[in-house]
Amino acid sequence: MVHEWSLAEALLRYVASVYGPRIKTLKLRVGVLQSIDKEVLLFSIRELAGLYNVSLGDVVLEDEEAVFKCNRCGYEWSFNPGDLGEEVRESIHFLPEAVFAYTRCPRCGSRDFKVVKGRGLEVAEVVPG
Amino acid sequence: MVRLDFRILHVKDKLMAVKKTYVVLSSKGGVGKSTLSSLLAFYAAERGASAGLVDLDFTNPSTHIVLGVDPREVRYVEEKGIFPALVGKLRYVTPAAFTRDSPLPLRGENVSRALFELISILRLDGLDYLFIDTPPGMSDEHMDIVYRLGEVVKPVVVTTPSPLSVSSVRKMISLLRESGLREIFLVENMGGGGLADVFKEPGITYLGYVPFYPGFDNCIGSLENVRRCPLRSFFESIVDKLVSEG
Repeated sequence: MVHEWSLAEALLRYVASVYGPRIKTLKLRVGVLQSIDKEVLLFSIRELAGLYNVSLGDVVLEDEEAVFKCNRCGYEWSFNPGDLGEEVRESIHFLPEAVFAYTRCPRCGSRDFKVVKGRGLEVAEVVPG
Repeated sequence: MVRLDFRILHVKDKLMAVKKTYVVLSSKGGVGKSTLSSLLAFYAAERGASAGLVDLDFTNPSTHIVLGVDPREVRYVEEKGIFPALVGKLRYVTPAAFTRDSPLPLRGENVSRALFELISILRLDGLDYLFIDTPPGMSDEHMDIVYRLGEVVKPVVVTTPSPLSVSSVRKMISLLRESGLREIFLVENMGGGGLADVFKEPGITYLGYVPFYPGFDNCIGSLENVRRCPLRSFFESIVDKLVSEG
């Protein structure tokens, strides 16, 4: 079982603590930068919900494109981790901020850019009940 | 739309499962934080404790240099998270393994995200002692640790006897106290024990000193160097005090 399990653990812990043990809908954004395996994530969430006694209805996973913006020249671009080698992609999978070690602004070459969206897993909406 | 960092509770759970987590801090640069955190953790492990070291100096990690570890060779085992790598008996994590030791320029919010992401995926099961190395200053990593994780970590403040360093860490200690941390440990590095009296105050536990040693570079850079370091007993004396504290 890969590290999607630990992401799911953190997520369930938080959701149960903040919204209680009955969740009707859990909507998640899955930023493509982190190359999360959605099938494994969903499996982990369902398994952990059982372990933590969380009654979980619909779980909706939505892909979010990774978009970066250069802090130096303002250029905005879409980033596809599929263009990276396997080893680098795996490093970013564990630690998305590692992308700053491997990527530069395609226009001016600066490493000073921000991840506008699509970093990794985020809670978009929780409907208790 | 809700934008939440859902990792915080999980990170607290992880650190609470460790018997004692020490965060090695100093507002002053160059006082030996990385050396101290690396050697305390390594000697604790060598003495039979289940000890770990996590380097949270994301933009300039250096504990791997102290321990003589090539970050490009570090491989973490993945099983419902990632297990720290074994360096001798020490369980070790460095962000340099994810960057292959390339420069990692990060602005503040990215430091915070990296910190919570990294700790949240770590498998710290069964650890008795965890040492966390931090960069100098009082910035993002420190704010996150002090204000969000203060209840589950114990600060070990490092200073040299230099008035510049002492003055700087006094401000840090004041901030730690303000934020509710009542138990602060202090280590005097490159000194002779004179700060024991200077910091004789309620709430501060002086753990000891490590003397200045001109050949100290021979104490780092490989596990053999670390094992044979002539100052080892000074570090071990500090380990003993940490292990025996309640």
